[in-house]
Amino acid sequence: MKESSVWALAWKRFRRDRLGLGSLVVVVAYVALMLAVAIGWAARDWDREAGVSFAPPTFIGAEAAQAQSVKTLEAAQPVSDYGIADPLGPDLAEIAKGLSGASAGETRAPTLALGADKWGRAVLKKAVKGTETSLFVGLAAAALATFLGTLFGAQAGYRGGKVDDFFNWLYSVLTSIPYLLLVLAVAAVVNQKGVLTVILILGLTGWTGIFRLVRAEYMKHKVREYVLAADAIGASNTRRMYVHILPNVSHVVLVQLSLHVVLFIKSEVILTFLGFGVGVDTVSWGSMLAEAGTELLLGKWWQLTAATVFMALLVTAFSLFTDAMRDALDPRLK
Amino acid sequence: MLAYTLRRLWQFIPTLGGVVLLVFFVFNFVGGDPAYLLAGKFPNPDTIANIRKQLGVDEPYVVQLWIFVKQILTGDFGASWSTNERVSTIFATRLGPSLTVLVPLLLISTLLAMAAAMLVAYVRGSLTDRTVMVACTVAQSVSILVYILVFQYLFAYQLGWFPVQGWGVSLMDNLLRYAVLAIVVGVAVSLAPDIRLYRTFFLDEINQDYVRTARAKGLSEARVMWVHVLRNAGIPIVTNILLQLPGLLAGAFLIERFFGIPGIGREVILAVERSDFPIIKAVTVYVAIATMIVNLLADLLYKAIDPRVQLK
Repeated sequence: MKESSVWALAWKRFRRDRLGLGSLVVVVAYVALMLAVAIGWAARDWDREAGVSFAPPTFIGAEAAQAQSVKTLEAAQPVSDYGIADPLGPDLAEIAKGLSGASAGETRAPTLALGADKWGRAVLKKAVKGTETSLFVGLAAAALATFLGTLFGAQAGYRGGKVDDFFNWLYSVLTSIPYLLLVLAVAAVVNQKGVLTVILILGLTGWTGIFRLVRAEYMKHKVREYVLAADAIGASNTRRMYVHILPNVSHVVLVQLSLHVVLFIKSEVILTFLGFGVGVDTVSWGSMLAEAGTELLLGKWWQLTAATVFMALLVTAFSLFTDAMRDALDPRLK
Repeated sequence: MLAYTLRRLWQFIPTLGGVVLLVFFVFNFVGGDPAYLLAGKFPNPDTIANIRKQLGVDEPYVVQLWIFVKQILTGDFGASWSTNERVSTIFATRLGPSLTVLVPLLLISTLLAMAAAMLVAYVRGSLTDRTVMVACTVAQSVSILVYILVFQYLFAYQLGWFPVQGWGVSLMDNLLRYAVLAIVVGVAVSLAPDIRLYRTFFLDEINQDYVRTARAKGLSEARVMWVHVLRNAGIPIVTNILLQLPGLLAGAFLIERFFGIPGIGREVILAVERSDFPIIKAVTVYVAIATMIVNLLADLLYKAIDPRVQLK
């Protein structure tokens, strides 16, 4: 009889979970989208001003929107100039004519698939580009945090003694400061925007939860018979830690990695929204939401909706996928 | 108990020392020279030197660290760099508004989440349970920013039920007028994660032997759930709320900022935007101290409620 590996068994259990399988498909689709943007297959011209300012989504139609914009124009006119002619009036009219003439060179669409923002950039493309930024930051920061948490947790749990004391001290120091406060404080000091900065800030401050779990697992495993057997055949400490024990605790690590991707995507959105995240030369869901606040007051709801739906779909799918993965990897839990 | 408390208090010292070192390191080495930040866009060497002298950053690091430690011990962090207000005054005046929002928020969201969690835990595995769980996952995946933007637009701007922003003078006015929408948003955001967490607490208890015994001796389902299970599941819930408290105080900054509530969270975010280091330093250190004290209180409370717990 053929023995199945742990991973094959887990995959078998996972396949039975339809909700988990569906969410996996969504997650994979998002990752594919991220790669496509990174390579340049999609949303390469996200900052091209393709539509008129605040072009509405196509399914609403241009007409309703034009009526609306005429109304806002009328409202914007000053009440009256007390009968005095505006001395700058003719000049302004000329400038406006020149401006509209210049932009008429490349015809701007009156409507776009998911509408346009203030500068006429397509919301759909921005959301796709934002997917790349936010998902990449989430994945990279989670990878960094998981790497650090696993490394430190393995050292602390396996070696014990002074090493354990040191990492526990570091843990209690970092966890005594609330997470978002710590992130904000570091962001305030670093004062440098960019994708790399955000990844470093999130990754370097966010490893504590993983550390705690991995440490506990290593403490449990280091006295098990298979590790003692490895010791007996002369495997070095490093080899025992990373070749023998690590595969046996990797399910914990994987679930944590997945959980942290969600956490970091949410954190990145808030950081960018507040202006401490990725720079102004790129777009993330956070910067889209930052623009959406004022747009909403003008009744332009499409950018807010697009960013929210794109983000909620990914985060929901990722969370459900994580739950399914945990159930599949650790069947005793329930 | 006393010996345990004293030992824990003794352990505060290395942790607090670590926090001080961390904050000191972050602000002195990662951030660069604050004098350049303060000197404005066109600094000249004289101004820089002057500011450096005022801030004490021209002293050796050991002296600077000592200044920082003295600031923490005396509670005197000097004045804000941007408004020149005393840091201690800022905290004293901002604590009230923060609590006006946080206390009702915590009470309402905890009660609602506990009731909902108990209900879905009772019907675990059913369609209701699964639907609520998926709904919670979806609700959790929408950014808090969207909740704030949409609620503020809909209930304050469009429907005009609440003021969009603002803060009054009297407590009742604040509580019944200005804080209401902020509390509603806070409850909406915290409900989903709380239900998910509390549900696991209830599930842990529902399968216990004492529940079966209670049923076996003929107690009504209502009594089993509301008295026996609730009292046991309540322990981790209370602890969990306590542990959240310090983080919430500083973490409510988004809500406070959007609704114009002059609380500690908004002060933090303003300080971060203005690179107002004294305020950020003070908040970080004090919130860390508060966290440690609350952790200790939570453990002691755990022991007080549940005598089986062994403190070590």
